[in-house]
Parts: sequence; C-alpha cells; structure tokens
Amino acid sequence: MKTVYTRPKTLKPVSNHYCPGCGHSIIHRLVCELVDEMDMRGRIICIPPAGCAVLAYNYFDFDVCESAHGRGCAIATGFKRAQPDRIIFTYQGDGDMAAIGTAETLHAANRGEKITSIFVNNAVYGMTGGQMAPTTLIGQKTTTSPYGRRTEVEGYPLKITELIATLPGAAYVARTSLANPVKIRETKKAIKKAFEVQISGAGYSLVEVLSPCPTNWNMSPREAFVYLEEIMEKEYPLGVMKDNTAKKDK
Amino acid sequence: MNKKVLMKGTDALGEAAIRAGCTCYFGYPITPQNEVPEYMSRRMQEVGGVFLQGESEIASINMVLGAAASGMRAMTSSSSPGISLKQEGLSFLAALELPAVIVNINRGGPGLGNIAPSQGDYYQATRGGGHGDYRMPVYAPAYVQELYDITMKSFDVADLYRTPVMILGDGMMGQIVEPISMHERPEVEIPPKDYVLDGAENRPSRIIKSLILDPAEMEEHNWKLKRKYELMAHELPQWEEFMAEDAKLTIIAYGTAARIAKGAVKRARSDGLKVGLLRPITLWPFPEEAIRSLAKKTKLFLVFEMSTGQMLDDVRLAIEGRVPCEFYGRPGGVVPIPQEIARIIERYWLQKEL
Repeated sequence: MKTVYTRPKTLKPVSNHYCPGCGHSIIHRLVCELVDEMDMRGRIICIPPAGCAVLAYNYFDFDVCESAHGRGCAIATGFKRAQPDRIIFTYQGDGDMAAIGTAETLHAANRGEKITSIFVNNAVYGMTGGQMAPTTLIGQKTTTSPYGRRTEVEGYPLKITELIATLPGAAYVARTSLANPVKIRETKKAIKKAFEVQISGAGYSLVEVLSPCPTNWNMSPREAFVYLEEIMEKEYPLGVMKDNTAKKDK
Repeated sequence: MNKKVLMKGTDALGEAAIRAGCTCYFGYPITPQNEVPEYMSRRMQEVGGVFLQGESEIASINMVLGAAASGMRAMTSSSSPGISLKQEGLSFLAALELPAVIVNINRGGPGLGNIAPSQGDYYQATRGGGHGDYRMPVYAPAYVQELYDITMKSFDVADLYRTPVMILGDGMMGQIVEPISMHERPEVEIPPKDYVLDGAENRPSRIIKSLILDPAEMEEHNWKLKRKYELMAHELPQWEEFMAEDAKLTIIAYGTAARIAKGAVKRARSDGLKVGLLRPITLWPFPEEAIRSLAKKTKLFLVFEMSTGQMLDDVRLAIEGRVPCEFYGRPGGVVPIPQEIARIIERYWLQKEL
C-alpha cells in the first residue's frame, strides 16, 4: 500500500491545545512539512510569539526560543546576526506583530534582516480572550470593542503587510488564507518561497496568513471559514505583494 | 606587555568586552554612554564581531537575548531611561537563564532628568528592576582599571551562573581618563553551553522558554533560581576597604561617590581623625558580611550616595542596628568635592564625640 498522507516527522505526535477550527494547527503542519521537505531541522530556529502559539514548542520538533510579546523580530535579529548560516523564523499573531511589536517588525524588515516572519492574522487577540486587535475589522465586535470597531474611536485595520512591502529591505511579501484546501496549498507555497528567499540571502520575507478564530468570533468552525473567505479576505486581499527574486529571474 | 596606557572609561569598557570574547553588541544612543556604541561600532568591524544599532533599547536587549541563546558573549549599554526600557528583557534573560552583560551609565533622574553623574538607579539595579522573583549581579567600578577588569569578569560571571550581569557606572566613570594596564583575559573554565539553539542537527530539539503554567513547576523554577542566587551571594561579594582597620567613623560609598569619599578620608586622616572607607564593588550581592564585621570595630557609619539614600537600606540591613548609621546625599547629578564630605565627617566627629 502506498502512503499518501502522514504526520510530518518534525510535528510531535501529541494532541494540541488549539480550539476546534483554529488555523494554527494547519499552519503548524505546513511549517513542519516544509522543515521535513527542505531538510531544515538541523539549521532552523523558531521564535514563537506571546499568544496562542506561544506553546508551539510543544509541537515543533526543532529548536524554539520563546519571545516576550512583540519582540520576535528583534530576537530573530540577534539569532541571525550571531548565526548567519541558520534559518530563523518568527511565528507571530496580529497583536504581537502589528501592535506591540510594530517597531521591531518594521525595522527588522527595513534592515533587510535575512529572517522570515509567518504572521497569523485572525483579527483578534486569541489567547487573552478575544480583545480588539490592530487588524480587527471595522464594525467587528470583540470583548474590548463591544459596539463594533468604530474608526472614529479605534481607528482602522492596520495593514502591516502592505506597509512592509514598501520597504526596500523586504524581499518577499505575500498574504494567503486558510479558507479552503486550495488556499492552504497556496499558503504552503508562499511559506516555502519565504524560506527560500531567506536562504538565498535576498532579505526579509513575510507571509501573512488569514486564519479563523471560531472561539473568539463566536462562530462554528464552518461559519468561521465562510466569514474568513467572504468578509476578511475583502479587507485583506490575497496575493504576492512583493517578490524581489522574481525580478532577478526575469 | 603590561605597560600602562591612558584610556577613557568607555573605551576601556569596550576594549575589555572585546578582549573578553564579546562578539555581539547591540545598543541605542543615549547620553552619557554614546561613546560605548561608538567604540564598539568601530572595533567590532575590526575583530569580525557583530555591532548593530537597534531601533530602541527594547529591541537591543532582545537582540542580546537572541545572540546569548546562540551561545555568543553579548552585551548592551544604555543610560537610566534606556535601562528602564530594558527591564522586560532583563526579566526574561534572568528567567531563561541566559548570560549577558548590561551597562548602565547612570544619569540624573527620575524622568529625563539630566546627563550628570548620579546614583539614583541603585534600587532599580539591585532590586531586579524588571518583574518577577529574580536577582542579578551588579558591579560598581570606581576606577578605569577596575572598570576594565570587571568588564572582563562580568562575562565570566554571566557564563558561570547563566545570568544577566549589570555594570553600573556614571558619566564620570565613563569620561575619566586614567592609566591602565590591559590584562589579557583570565583563564576561567566555562561549563559547556548545552542550552544553545543552533539547529537540532543530530540531537534532540531544544526549547528556551519561561512560560511555566503549572504553579508547582513555576515554584520549582523559582526555588532553582533562588539556590543559584544564594550561591552568588556566597561567592561574588567584592569590596575595598581603605583605612578601615582602626576607623571610628566608617564611610560607605560606591563608584564615583567612593572616589570623593576617599579624598575626604585622606583629609580627615591628615587632621588626625580616625576615619575609614568601605567601598562595595558588588552592589548585589551586597558585601554585608564585610560591613557586619566592621560594625564590631567602628563607632559610626556614614553612608554617602549621589542620591537621596538607596544603598542606605542595604547598609542598615547589614549592620542590624548594632552601630548608628548616618546618611549624606547629593541627588540630581550634583557631584560634591572631597572638602564637602570632609566637613560632614568633621561635624559628625564632633557631634558624636568620637
């Protein structure tokens, strides 16, 4: 019999703590598949965030260094400058990446740090119980925007990925979604490309992944995937925003 | 080899760090410590190390964390307001048991304050500063030679105990130029760094983390750290005694204040007053045994600080009320001259009929 589907070797055989319908477990799997396929276990180091994915070290069977909230890209910079031949990636949520860690993120990108960020955008602070995030949609209700996000009070959804795409130090910037299996495969392709860009030394690479949070969206997993595709993807258009390496190829 | 060279404090600090094997420096400009990143930016290039100016003190301390977790000898430097920003990182370094050297060129405060020499950060340095139940060795050198030697030693202490180490000085210590001999790095056996994250090639994967959700496990981690701090408290205290043997009045002062106090002690001695000085070199662990044993001989302690009185608490805890203890302070960046302290000494000498 031919094996067509198996657990990645670097994904520990344990059950995870993520809620039903959460996107983290899918992204974890994609990352681990790539670590296996690209034979990176012996030279990759992950910096997970403060947030639901802080426990990523329980699932990843490769080196992981915890970070204080938002400091991922600074810690990754320290790792990369100290060990230029290693593959360093941050795994960050929207609050971590685009609120408390905005400075660290933008400056790492602007320096062209040869690191990769996987930015999981679910438009809420998940671990702390569903508060408003910088990426919360206009009108979206959260535990700290109970009347829905109002632009005159809470401002606008922050598109940090678009911001980063304007920086010369950023070599590859893309936004993908987990809304269906095709988009999940696109996500894997984008993350693979981001790692390749890092290995090539071209600069900073970033993949924003739109991901459902049924628990804090007060939806069933099925409803959350529909919301992701029909509402969230409208505010956050998918696609490759920047690919410096593609220009070179031409 | 050991011929003396004239060196400015900040340059001696930077050179000692490089000769101690520091290969990664991350910092952010703030007066009065800018000469440190400036020196490191030049020298790191020459020796093939890493110099990077971070976008903030917060970023810089976290870059230090990443380099330390990579097994490098890493350091950062800043001044009071910048050190406040680094406190989160210090707490994490302590929790993760990662070695690093942090320099604070203390300026007048609170708030923006000024850039003059001050000792107002004693509490912040010795009480943890950051959140949680941790301690950190703090060295307060008073001479450029000592700054050079202690900088080298700090990297060894950081590695031996897997802890952040702070060097606390001020603008005077940083700017003063003195002849020093540039010793080579002392041979110290450092335990293998089996915590380093460098890719799990042919070994089990490693985790560096401080999140311990189970209170019982967290308590165990706290007690483990506590045992380490007790070991440090036993092994690290360092101090200098000056004419303290027969002193009836003993001044206790550190850093720049101790230099001034030493001048005052010499003046008092030339007037026939039996006055001495104890200068803590480690502020944590505090040399309380040394002070306690002087308490058996001296009649009065006089704590002199360039603050409103912070180390005073530690002195009082050490002497346990056995001997009276007075205080004289000049906060806010004022640097008194030895005559001023000599007058204070004289006043107490007469008042207390020593």
